[in-house]
Amino acid sequence: MLLKRWIPLFILVFVGVLTLIHWFVPHDPIGSLGRDFSQFFDIIASFAIILGAANLLKLQSLKISQRKKGWPFNLVTIIAFALTAWVGLNWHSYFGSGHHYLAGTHVNNPDSHFFWVWWYIFTPLSATMYALLAFYVASASYRAFRARNVEATVLLVAGIIIMIGRVPLGQQFTAWLPDHGFWSGFRLERISDWIYSYPNGAGQRAVMIGIALGVVSTSLRLILGIEKSFLGEE
Amino acid sequence: MKPGNARRAALAVLFCLSLASVIPAAAQDLPAAPPAPPLDLTAEDTPNDRGHAIALSWVLSPDDDGSGRVTGYSVWRAVYRPGVAPADLDWTRVGSHSAGYLGDERLTHSDVSDDIVNNLPYLYRVEADGPGGASAVLLPASIMARAQWFNRARWNMLLAVLVLSAGIMYWIQKAQTSDIYLRPVAGLKAFDEAIGRATEMGNPVLFVPGIMDMDQIETLAGVSILGYVGKMTARYETPLEVPVSRSLVMAHAREVVKESYLQAGRPDLYNDDMIHYLTDDQFGYAAAVDGIMLRQKPAACFYQGKFYAESLILAETGNSIGAIQIAGTASPAQLPFFITACDYTLIGEEFFAASAYLSQEKRAIGSIRGQDVGKLIFMVALILGVFLVSLEAVGVRLPGWLDITALFDVSSGG
Repeated sequence: MLLKRWIPLFILVFVGVLTLIHWFVPHDPIGSLGRDFSQFFDIIASFAIILGAANLLKLQSLKISQRKKGWPFNLVTIIAFALTAWVGLNWHSYFGSGHHYLAGTHVNNPDSHFFWVWWYIFTPLSATMYALLAFYVASASYRAFRARNVEATVLLVAGIIIMIGRVPLGQQFTAWLPDHGFWSGFRLERISDWIYSYPNGAGQRAVMIGIALGVVSTSLRLILGIEKSFLGEE
Repeated sequence: MKPGNARRAALAVLFCLSLASVIPAAAQDLPAAPPAPPLDLTAEDTPNDRGHAIALSWVLSPDDDGSGRVTGYSVWRAVYRPGVAPADLDWTRVGSHSAGYLGDERLTHSDVSDDIVNNLPYLYRVEADGPGGASAVLLPASIMARAQWFNRARWNMLLAVLVLSAGIMYWIQKAQTSDIYLRPVAGLKAFDEAIGRATEMGNPVLFVPGIMDMDQIETLAGVSILGYVGKMTARYETPLEVPVSRSLVMAHAREVVKESYLQAGRPDLYNDDMIHYLTDDQFGYAAAVDGIMLRQKPAACFYQGKFYAESLILAETGNSIGAIQIAGTASPAQLPFFITACDYTLIGEEFFAASAYLSQEKRAIGSIRGQDVGKLIFMVALILGVFLVSLEAVGVRLPGWLDITALFDVSSGG
């Protein structure tokens, strides 16, 4: 009980209150403690990566040993993990010779093997996943922009105006309207800007205010020990 | 060309060449003078900080006009000692600036260093450096860095936090003696439905607690919701799959889910490997979770936490396998994606209220009422603000204490 409930609660209340106070009290030691806490977290999180890596290797090895469906992919994961760890931890791992072998700096050196893995394997793979978003946005928009009811129709119209108003070709549709004066407000790019800045801005701010209130309320519940579900309690 | 003309032309060329070689030599022989010094050096203690910082500013050297006579400025600091001539002090170079800030009247430099001892007097000098040497301007009086106990730029934020906290705590107290009605939230009511559907289909439940670490309150809120989902899957004996992208989240989520299975009376169903680590990388994680979805075909997908661009990749994949999907996040940019691709979405405050709502604990429900009262205060303040700004816009002069722009200016508070 002491280890699993009271000590975590004490740490949470102590750190939570101090972090809040440090936002308003810059004087040391409170000011520096607030900054130190975030560094403590980074250090703990860095060491915790060992837990994650061990878990990853354990599960992948288990699937290989049990010859589960798609086990060759698990093998690829382990080999990729081992190779990346090797070129990352071995700072002498360079193309060519005559380098100053310094631990840490080698990850940013274009001649190092680690950089090669990063630049020629990891980055394209990440970019590929990111590029998939284009297709997902198209399929999601297709579903969202169906005029099923009044709200969906408003969304559809606003979406079309924004899309057309943001591209030079679309802006040509209303280019014949004057640049200044009353009628200039009906140019597509102006309507698009107006929708973006006002109705959209107002909605975004309402959500942000709600989020801020939710954060205050959740933080208070945590600090006061009301919210204990993060400890596994009701 | 005639021979006489050619000779004259050759002589003219030789004369020009000899002149060209003499002029630079003459210029080099002239002694290069140092540029004019910068002017009006001022210094002040940086306000609202922990000390160890001095803000300096000066007017550019009159010679800093792009002619190259000034190449840069050097900032020097020394501990002030009464009775000692400035030239005899122990000067340290603490900063530099390039020349050529044409158009700027004053240059500023913030000297922030733990080497600056609070409440100790310092002198500064700024040198204009050039090919002809350096010339300096000295700070006329010593300056001390001081630490402040209160950041006055954030008084309005403190006021807001105090008012909101007081309101929430009042309702937490009140909730213990009276019943509080909470409006039904469709997304929260759908939790049971989604897990029930997964049970009927015999497929697992997938829970994604975002891609950020435990220092984000969204992750904390997401893991709290995971506790409830874990209890339900334990009760219905439905497999639960929780891939995570942070090791600390894995360790924490395991504790929470283990406790949930214990409380549901089914510790035998709990297995550490239900919650497993994939990768810290955003798109690597998205790819791995997509793979899990396509292989295991979960019947219910929960996305509760902090998300970025991977939100739509996850939600669209979940949609393609026909899973019932419930998302919850406080990331405004991802909300449209979740709303489009998921069956239910907990928007911002609903997401933070979810844990309290699901637990039905009286004090937690009271805090949600306090949150609603805070919202009311904000609404009144917004309407009042719009009214006052409109008055100002039509030329009505308001008293200083009603200067709405200054009152709600939080830009200086960071």
